[in-house]
Amino acid sequence: MGEAIVVTSGKGGVGKTTTSANLGTALAILGKKVCMVDTDIGLRNLDVVMGLENRIVYDLVDVADGRVRVNQALIKDKRFDELYMLPAAQTKDKNDISPDQVKMIVDSLKPDFDYIIIDCPAGIEQGFRNAIAGATQAIVVTTPENAAVRDADRVIGLLEKSHFPSPKLIINRIRPNLVRSGDMLDVEDICQVLAIDLIGIVPDDELVIKAANSGEPTVMNVNSRAAIAYRNIARRILGETVPLSHLEEKSGVFRKFKKFLGMG
Amino acid sequence: MAGKSIVTIKGVKEGLVFLLDDQCDFVALLDELNAKLDKHEQQFNGPIVHIFIKLGARTLEEEDKERIRAIFRRQGNLLIQSIESDPPAIDPGSKAAPALHTMTGMVRSGQTVEYDGHLLLLGDVNPGGTIRCTGDVYILGALRGAVHAGTEGNEDAIIAASLMRPTQLRIADVISRPPDEWTSSEPWMEYAYLRDGAMAIDKLTSLGRQRKEVMLFKGV
Repeated sequence: MGEAIVVTSGKGGVGKTTTSANLGTALAILGKKVCMVDTDIGLRNLDVVMGLENRIVYDLVDVADGRVRVNQALIKDKRFDELYMLPAAQTKDKNDISPDQVKMIVDSLKPDFDYIIIDCPAGIEQGFRNAIAGATQAIVVTTPENAAVRDADRVIGLLEKSHFPSPKLIINRIRPNLVRSGDMLDVEDICQVLAIDLIGIVPDDELVIKAANSGEPTVMNVNSRAAIAYRNIARRILGETVPLSHLEEKSGVFRKFKKFLGMG
Repeated sequence: MAGKSIVTIKGVKEGLVFLLDDQCDFVALLDELNAKLDKHEQQFNGPIVHIFIKLGARTLEEEDKERIRAIFRRQGNLLIQSIESDPPAIDPGSKAAPALHTMTGMVRSGQTVEYDGHLLLLGDVNPGGTIRCTGDVYILGALRGAVHAGTEGNEDAIIAASLMRPTQLRIADVISRPPDEWTSSEPWMEYAYLRDGAMAIDKLTSLGRQRKEVMLFKGV
């Protein structure tokens, strides 16, 4: 029986779809059978980021309305045999599907997959309720900006109310040099406000933009710092203990030594 | 007052117990007491009798107790030993003595906690989260959101927090917007209160001086 994980954030543009695509791919690299479900009906993006747009025949709403079986709508990834995605409809909107329908679809996928990654739309309305309906675990993505942290906090509150016992946090697009100069919220500040378990920090990386435009998830590129971060998150999802420290190590031994002396 | 008499006298080994009704008007009580003593004037002449007065749930100021004593003093042989009230039963809903409610957890963005009475929160209030309370608000944690204490106009209400970084504070009808009006970067616990109708922040150790509550210490 697979685990269904919803990737959500409240605010738009913080990297939900990028995170979904990269975590799904990273879990597939680690040998898991994964299905990604795009619930952003009307504004679907996951297929574009994955480079699978031209393979879509049927979508989530077709399955919900009973026009096709879920297996017919699944698209197999071009890189991995064990990676699939269920695209959202582009012509409909969020109200054309109900949380119960999404839950039914996700439940029907669970026996066949190890992980089901559900990409949630921005906002806290119907689309959000649809996305979380089938999930048993939640990952909240935020960036080191006050607005994103506020929205993440709101979403965590809603998740807790919807009986997600412990949502996990990903802080996306950290720029270590800005954090160091005090111009960006640092990881500790964010964790103190949100008070949930941190499952990963993803550094800001131009390769992510390049990868998204070419339909190739960043995580495939071993030279990308973000790719390493995503792979580490995937390993943590599998239950491995991977230290969070690789981001700080970039800043060098000297800083660590200063920190050790209490000067950092 | 037909069923129950206002003043009931019981004889005990040590003397007489006067059970005074705690629901009626205090003046009516004094009148009845006068009447009872006048009626039984004969019986109250003779050797010294010890009197124990039980007020029930009624609590009296010292001057009112003195008025009771004055009535008994007219009878030379009556010696008041004690005037006692039963401690009133604690009613959580009563406005007279607002109860302290303890809550554990985080008040996140978009969430509102409302309570009638004093509230103790073990946890944080995040930006966008709100607490509204008719009494005081005490936060063992970080206050980063908004708190309104004394919502029904109680200007003596206070807001205390381990870490005072609110987006907005309100006490009764006064609204304060830090950091436009004041900033706090103190490492100690602080509280907000109204001083001459304006919001003021002070460290929590000053609260004792402000409220002048008597602390009863045990031991030396």
